[in-house]
Amino acid sequence: MIRLVGIDKTYRVGAHPLHVLKGLHLTVPPGELLAIMGSSGSGKSTLLNILGILDGYDGGEYWLGDALVKDLSERKAADYRNRFLGFVFQSFHLLPFKTALENVALPLYYQGVSRKERLRRAAEHLDQVGLSDWSGHLPGELSGGQKQRVAIARALVTRPRVMLADEPTGALDSVTTQEIMDLLKRVNAEGMTIVVVTHESDIAEQCARTVFLKDGRFEGER
Amino acid sequence: MAGLLDGFLELLDVLLRNRVRTVMTALSVAWGIFVLVVLLGLGRGLENNVRWMYRDDAVNSIWVYRGRRTIPYQGHPVGERLRYTNRDHELVEARVDGLEKISSRFYPPIPDSVRWQGKIVAADFRAVHPDHRYLENTLVETGRFLDEADLLEKRKVAVIGVQIVGTLFGDHPPIGEWIDIGGAMFKVVGTFRDVGGVNEESQIYLPITTAQASFAGADRVDQVMFTIDDAHMADAVAIEDEVREMLSRAHGVSPADRRAVRIRNNVEEFVRVQSIFDMLAAFVWLVGAGTVAAGIVGVSNILLVSVKERTQEIGLRKALGATPGSIVRMILAEALLLTGTAGYAGLIAGLLVVEGLRRWVPENDYIRDPDIELSTAVGALVLLVVAGCLGGLVPAWRAATLDPIVALREE
Ligand SMILES: Nc1ncnc2c1ncn2[C@@H]1O[C@H](COP(=O)(O)OP(=O)(O)O)[C@@H](O)[C@H]1O
Ligand SMILES: [Mg+2]
Repeated sequence: MIRLVGIDKTYRVGAHPLHVLKGLHLTVPPGELLAIMGSSGSGKSTLLNILGILDGYDGGEYWLGDALVKDLSERKAADYRNRFLGFVFQSFHLLPFKTALENVALPLYYQGVSRKERLRRAAEHLDQVGLSDWSGHLPGELSGGQKQRVAIARALVTRPRVMLADEPTGALDSVTTQEIMDLLKRVNAEGMTIVVVTHESDIAEQCARTVFLKDGRFEGER
Repeated sequence: MAGLLDGFLELLDVLLRNRVRTVMTALSVAWGIFVLVVLLGLGRGLENNVRWMYRDDAVNSIWVYRGRRTIPYQGHPVGERLRYTNRDHELVEARVDGLEKISSRFYPPIPDSVRWQGKIVAADFRAVHPDHRYLENTLVETGRFLDEADLLEKRKVAVIGVQIVGTLFGDHPPIGEWIDIGGAMFKVVGTFRDVGGVNEESQIYLPITTAQASFAGADRVDQVMFTIDDAHMADAVAIEDEVREMLSRAHGVSPADRRAVRIRNNVEEFVRVQSIFDMLAAFVWLVGAGTVAAGIVGVSNILLVSVKERTQEIGLRKALGATPGSIVRMILAEALLLTGTAGYAGLIAGLLVVEGLRRWVPENDYIRDPDIELSTAVGALVLLVVAGCLGGLVPAWRAATLDPIVALREE
């Protein structure tokens, strides 16, 4: 599903260029639940931004399914993000003035889906994460775990090719963390390809495979 | 729980802060268009008042009187008064470019009274051409005014002011009655009103040819008056000079003598007043432009702040697939909503005030019927909305180029 061929990324700020990713090779087959681990500053977020087409890269090739993701226009990038990718963030990033249901429906708005159809599909996905009873609530009225489940429903609502999660449990307590991991595993079991960035080994251990990022290179995997 | 409440209060706080700023900006936009509309209305009121003050005589008219010589010339002494004749009328009629209506006036040398069935009433007489009614803005009330046939056949007909109708005839219908003017009998063919007032409505108009023949006038004329068309308004001074030169040559007046051929140029005066109003209009629109500029800056500012506060939201929307175009549309829609709603409110308030002034302000010397054309008002509103969109451009561009990575960075 994802194929990285010699991905290179250098930040050029100030006098010293910072070579963050040094020729990464990675293949993620469809349906895999992959964890990316590494210490702070190792380039995990940079890699995830590239996978999420939020950032570009300097060398190599990034294949997402059958599409080469390289030097895309802003429009094209937005379209790919919308149709191929689902994002889950550490701090949820729900819109505070919209209900859980409306938050889940938001990505469909950018596909031009009608409001009625948007809300119907959003309700379906909210039901899948067990929050049908909370659809009319604002994020401020939800617990952290509930918020993240809303965010996961939002990531799934467009039926993307890959779900990208950056420290999805970083802001949650251990009980809630396990609930979210169970949810991710269930979604994965239903066929979704998932890439999780984490620095917690007990999260990584629940994934099918873990790759370790160090100084911009993969150093072994489990 | 405390965290949740805290978050909720923070959200409420941000919304309220936003609301205050939103309301302030909306108020400034509404105030701007309100002031513009009221100023436009008052400007129109001033202009209407001046038009009203000039309503008696045609504003595009030039009046030529018999003056006295101030310079001896070709054997004529100082102080001698000019004598015009029908030839002078014909000269002006033939030579002046852009001439519209023309009439002469002859004041018959007869007692200033009129008799009917033994009753006698004071009256002034003016022997004129049919076009005279355009020069004096004479409003025919019943019957008709003088016509060309009256002059050709030297008919003994008269058109009398409504003041005389009342005092002379009482309730008796005047049309068709014969009245005694200077010993001759004239038939009343019409009555008239005149906004110039009681004095103007105490006049009796006679055909100039009849009066010249009946009252030993020969071909004498006391004054020549004419109007010029819109296209020649700007040439009023040149036309005045041309007429003076022409008549001076015909009567042996020194070219340096400006008092012998005495001219009242309403056009020039009106053009001057008009130019003051053009300046006033320009000033009002300048104020309007200032308003619009302030509107642009105000809207631009509030949206910039709003974009900054919503950095995360905009970043998230981009991550979820919002194109730069859709972000621009979103911000511009806000700009439009803000200026449109506020501008509309200001417009309505301004129109109400102008209408209120028109209805309830008592008659005065400065303002009459303040008014604003709907097209002008709508034009101002469209201008403001366009300005609002312009004001939204910079914030929209800022939002569209915002980097989602920076916006969503976890801290
Ligand atoms: N936009 C940027 N400009 C310059 N340097 C950056 C930028 N983003 C990240 N970096 C640097 O690149 C390195 C990798 O960062 P990051 O991918 O965020 O690491 P991680 O997520 O693993 O902590 C760090 O040294 C960070 O300071
Ligand atoms: Mg990171």
